[in-house]
Amino acid sequence: MFYRENGQFKTSYKSDQQIFPIPQDRWLILAIVAFAFLGIPFMVDEYLFRAILIPFLILSLAALGVNILVGYCGQITLGAGAFMAVGAYAAYNFLIRVSGMPALGAILLGGFTAAAVGIVFGIPSLRVRGLYLAVATLAAQFFWDWAFLRVKWFTNDASSGSVSVADIDVFGWIVNTPTDKYLFCLVILVIFSLMAKNLVRGSIGRQWMAIRDMDVAATVIGIRPLYAKLTAFAVSSFYLGVAGALWGMINLGSWEPAAFSIDRSFQLLFMVIIGGMGAIAGSFFGAAFIVILPIFLNQILPIIGGLFGLEVSIALVSHVEIMIFGALIVFFLIVEPHGIARLWSTGREKLRLWPFPH
Amino acid sequence: MSGRKIGEVILDLKNISLSFGGVKALQDISFDVREHEIRAIIGPNGAGKSSMLNVINGVYRPQEGDIILRGVHHANMDSYGAAKAGLARTFQNIALFKGMSVLDNIMTGRNLKMKANMLQQAFWLGAAQREELEHRLKVEEIIDFLEIQHIRKTPVGRLPYGLQKRVDLARALAMEPQILLLDEPMAGMNVEEKQDMCRFILDVNDQFGTTVVLIEHDMGVVMDISDRVVVLDYGKKIGDGTPDEVRANPDVISAYLGASH
Repeated sequence: MFYRENGQFKTSYKSDQQIFPIPQDRWLILAIVAFAFLGIPFMVDEYLFRAILIPFLILSLAALGVNILVGYCGQITLGAGAFMAVGAYAAYNFLIRVSGMPALGAILLGGFTAAAVGIVFGIPSLRVRGLYLAVATLAAQFFWDWAFLRVKWFTNDASSGSVSVADIDVFGWIVNTPTDKYLFCLVILVIFSLMAKNLVRGSIGRQWMAIRDMDVAATVIGIRPLYAKLTAFAVSSFYLGVAGALWGMINLGSWEPAAFSIDRSFQLLFMVIIGGMGAIAGSFFGAAFIVILPIFLNQILPIIGGLFGLEVSIALVSHVEIMIFGALIVFFLIVEPHGIARLWSTGREKLRLWPFPH
Repeated sequence: MSGRKIGEVILDLKNISLSFGGVKALQDISFDVREHEIRAIIGPNGAGKSSMLNVINGVYRPQEGDIILRGVHHANMDSYGAAKAGLARTFQNIALFKGMSVLDNIMTGRNLKMKANMLQQAFWLGAAQREELEHRLKVEEIIDFLEIQHIRKTPVGRLPYGLQKRVDLARALAMEPQILLLDEPMAGMNVEEKQDMCRFILDVNDQFGTTVVLIEHDMGVVMDISDRVVVLDYGKKIGDGTPDEVRANPDVISAYLGASH
């Protein structure tokens, strides 16, 4: 009834090339963004901000980075956590070692440092692919885990090994309350998502996808694998670096290398696989699934237990939570191997024709 | 095929030899391609036809021999250099980008002509936006030309084989090549699809003046549309000339029909 395209005719290629060519989609996304900015800050409490929303925003950003590399360029990576760590520690060092360094500048420089490191660790992708590349990127993970733990310079000789950052200041805006942190991350995520979408719909994005789908044909058409793969590593690591800096400086405040361990790399890869490889929206779905679902299960399980008159202990909840979470992942991968984003787009296709089946 | 004038030699292959370990795929093969002509390479299975095409556009490096493209020697042709020099090709087993739409597939053919830097693309500003529109116009011309308007937004993986072959051709044409290499453009097609494809190849040759080098098994098609034919067998050249000459060549007859002993 509402999701219809009839009567909407494109009269220029420009209007056909918009990010959301269907006006209904455009309005929906605008409404969601507007609600995120204007509605949510007045509706939720501090716990929700800290436990769910801020981690969700930052991990979405990181998942976007992983999706660019894995989903769009087809280069598998297990080093995502390491690039986040590089971003976080680089931003920290820029902030404390360069006097007068603005926080936003430090965060972006953290991203650029991660991009440079990403290019270096992306070089093996020119020779190896698939699982072998995964192992090669694993080297990045182990190397940086070690470096940030053992090389004291990175942590400014902190005796405990953990570093901390005071409230950050963005053009006079002191980002210290959960609402401020949420809004700051939201602004960055919106801008970065827009950039990611522009990149993947433009010439560079087509080069990445061409390399992913058929690299011999891509070369014959005049795409240089070296350029396409290394830019994908650079852009992906830039996103991861900025996400890492936000994770450390905004979400945690003080952190140790363990915050960016291999678990984080796996988590980000799972987000992209479950959310949808090669779809920008997939990054958000994946992050939401992995961040929100465990907490949701945690809250809902005792209530369900109560319905059946069962006393559910906290230990049991955490065990059952992991089991259900795992089962859901398997379920999703069987039902839709292309991720939640594909489920979403199939749903939209159906809705466009509803109530007719074809 | 009126108004089409075959010009000078544009591509000259001299003494090309290619081997993989002990297997000699191509042995001392020389032939030339003239501007605006349709040049066919034929031969039985395993004769080295696809290897020949791969040598021409730099996918394989021959151990010996010289490739002269418009007077320039390319002893070490690589794929990127070949693309820059105006060579485009289609593939025997369709090598389209399966995850992308028809439109995006064809747009990748314009890649070499797009110059906007990454920052412009990220913010969709200036050159990035302008280029995207300019090249879309050109791509739409090709889509019209090949009559695939109705599928432009469809992911190529969902298309039937005949249409995929057409998209493969469209992607090559988007490069505006001077020489178009076609590796069995009609393999696996039904009669109507073959007729369409022949028409497109002749039209490309006629309207854009594109030189065409094609490999094909359908002798009827080859003899009909090509100006000159080179025949390979077991990596050796056994015939070269107009379709009529080749048809009368005893070596060719024995390679195809078996020699009478």
